[in-house]
Amino acid sequence: MTDMTNRSAGKSNAEHISAGLARRHRKESILKGFGIAAISFAFLILGILLMTLVSTGYKAFTQTHLTIDVYVDPDVITRDALPRGAFDDLLENTLVEEFPDVDSSQDRRALLRIFSNGAQFTLRDRVVENPDLIGQTVSLNVPVADNFDQLNKDLISRDTPEEFRRLSDQEIAWFDALDEAGMISNPINFGLLTNADSRFPELAGLKGALVGSFWALLTCFLISFPVGIGAAIYLEEFAPKNKISDIIEVNINNLAAVPSVVFGLLALAVFIGWFGMPRSAPFVGGLTLALMTMPTIIIATRAALKSVPPSIREAAMGLGASRQQVVFQHVVPLAMPGILTGTIIGLAQALGETAPLLLIGMNAFITSAPSGPFDSATALPTQIFIWADSPERGFVSRTSAAILVLLAFLAFMNGIAIYLRQKFQRKW
Amino acid sequence: MSFTKLSTSALAILAVTATAAAAQNRQEIRVVGSSTVFPYSQAAAEQFANNTGAPSPIVESTGTGGGMQLFCGGIGESHPDLTGASRAMTASEYELCQTNGVTDISEALIGYDGLSIAISRDSENDWDLTLSEVYLALAAQVPVDGEWADNPYTMWSEINPDLPEVEILAYGPPPTSGTRDAFVELAMHAGCEELPFVQEGGFDGDWIDENCSRMRQDGPFVEAGENDNLIVQRLTADANAMGIFGYSFLFENSDTLKAVSINGVEPNAETIGDFSYPISRPLYFYVKNAHRGVIPNMQEFVEEFVSDDALGADGYFVERGMVALSDDQLAEVQSNVIEGVNMDPKTE
Repeated sequence: MTDMTNRSAGKSNAEHISAGLARRHRKESILKGFGIAAISFAFLILGILLMTLVSTGYKAFTQTHLTIDVYVDPDVITRDALPRGAFDDLLENTLVEEFPDVDSSQDRRALLRIFSNGAQFTLRDRVVENPDLIGQTVSLNVPVADNFDQLNKDLISRDTPEEFRRLSDQEIAWFDALDEAGMISNPINFGLLTNADSRFPELAGLKGALVGSFWALLTCFLISFPVGIGAAIYLEEFAPKNKISDIIEVNINNLAAVPSVVFGLLALAVFIGWFGMPRSAPFVGGLTLALMTMPTIIIATRAALKSVPPSIREAAMGLGASRQQVVFQHVVPLAMPGILTGTIIGLAQALGETAPLLLIGMNAFITSAPSGPFDSATALPTQIFIWADSPERGFVSRTSAAILVLLAFLAFMNGIAIYLRQKFQRKW
Repeated sequence: MSFTKLSTSALAILAVTATAAAAQNRQEIRVVGSSTVFPYSQAAAEQFANNTGAPSPIVESTGTGGGMQLFCGGIGESHPDLTGASRAMTASEYELCQTNGVTDISEALIGYDGLSIAISRDSENDWDLTLSEVYLALAAQVPVDGEWADNPYTMWSEINPDLPEVEILAYGPPPTSGTRDAFVELAMHAGCEELPFVQEGGFDGDWIDENCSRMRQDGPFVEAGENDNLIVQRLTADANAMGIFGYSFLFENSDTLKAVSINGVEPNAETIGDFSYPISRPLYFYVKNAHRGVIPNMQEFVEEFVSDDALGADGYFVERGMVALSDDQLAEVQSNVIEGVNMDPKTE
């Protein structure tokens, strides 16, 4: 009887376990399934984001150009009249030669509009630089106006009835004739990176924003890095552990969670209001971003300092090093990879920050790149903001392209952070 | 330690350069103001920089009210030189300018801007609404059976049986936008005034301000953020949705969008300019005359801004969707602004 019960109990126990095993396996695979689903959902969303950006943005990475030989007519352009002069008349005459049947002045003006508005200035700059060109023929390779660019990229459909289209049938016919003559090309749009902002999409570029972001980030780094590390070292290594240091710690953590627009308001009141610093300057933007980045750096640095094992400190002290020597010769160098990673991630966050920059006027329209940190400039995210709000069609794809450029910079900075972590990481 | 030395010296250098920068003379012209005038100020600034080779003026879009605050902040390099406005300066703003020493201001009417209600070209119907129909469709509160009550309408055909049996759905600007202010004032208030309930009730302007300013929150009116391009995309996706935005966006997207006529009038350059299209407004800019001759190139920039190339009937402002002034108006503006004639004081 006892044997029986033992046997049956043992049997039922094994059965119980094996029955439960299936259930437990099932639960585990469900959990795993949820995890995979969550990750795939995140990837799907990221994929959709990138897909929409690339699918609208890739067209902005090329730009339709017109290559044409322009005879710099000494009757129209004289040496004395430089740099002012009728360079647009010159372009108009050149195109009219291509289409001799165009005679009304209205049509001639319409013909000229195939050129980007920047074409006359490109020609002017070349002639001003080298006045000997007057009387000679210059080969000009210039962007076409946005409407024609959109047409060439099939963003303006030829099937749309003429009265609804931005381009008339006549204009399309002119463009096609130029295309057949092999004068239209669609090269890579270097202007997107080398031009400053413009109201003409075909001329607008990110140079001003890139330089502005560079100065702002440099300022942000020069201020937040030393101050942040100094604060972290003091709090971690020297500060006595008492109520006050607790309060400071809580406040730093809170500061890291303050919405960035609040820092923008602070900067507007203090830097621009009290100190009278210039509006729209990347230097002020950098100061504002530094306020925002500092808590991130302090927290990352403290975590990195904490992770240096106490044995290092004790060994150094045992050899007679002072506390300062311990910190600067042993602990900080060992913590550097963690500190740098935190700093770069903080700076990458600052690079993408928009709200505080809007408040200090870094969303201005400026057609030249800044030459220093005190010149007015935009930053990458504010430039995207401006373009997203512009009515011209060409800015739709350029906005996406600018976002892709910003994402590339962010990925690059995060890549550096990963590289530093891999390269200098130590295991104890 | 070298580390501490390095960081303190870096901070010191920054502090010195900061003060140096604050003391440096401003070379560029600064323009602030309405987001509606922004594209035109941009155009003038770029043209000016290209033509003259002078440092490009810095144009910031701050909204009309925000621009006035900055502009009237005072005289001197830290204050902007010009501001754009999508309405005339108010008496209180004029007062603010006076108290801060900005006494010499030139006012220039530069043109007109229409607010358009647009719908996709895929829409089967040709739309023609009256302002009171627009009001009844989009306001928070409307007269229902002789009572002032929450808006019950969900279909256009419920408002007027002649209108198509289509659900009311309109995307419009948020309350922070100047376009919204203009739409409420020009379309909603005017539409409210036309209602028989309001006319028979003998209500005055204050009553209308108080009761007719709210857009409905229950779905048919969707605040679509400041980004008008986004509204354009939504409209192409939904043939029955309407969008409310500046005329320049309709103008740029005329291949996919068509206008909703108001009182039988379609928005175009002509109807906006002579105000027969009812939702149109004047655009202004204001010049701080004390800065002329102090800020380099200021006079030249102002001349570019009011030149025929910019403001004229074939000017580049018109290319961007603005409606030009008549020749007489233009000549008057040009002479006033170029010579720096001060505006008449604004009073309540």
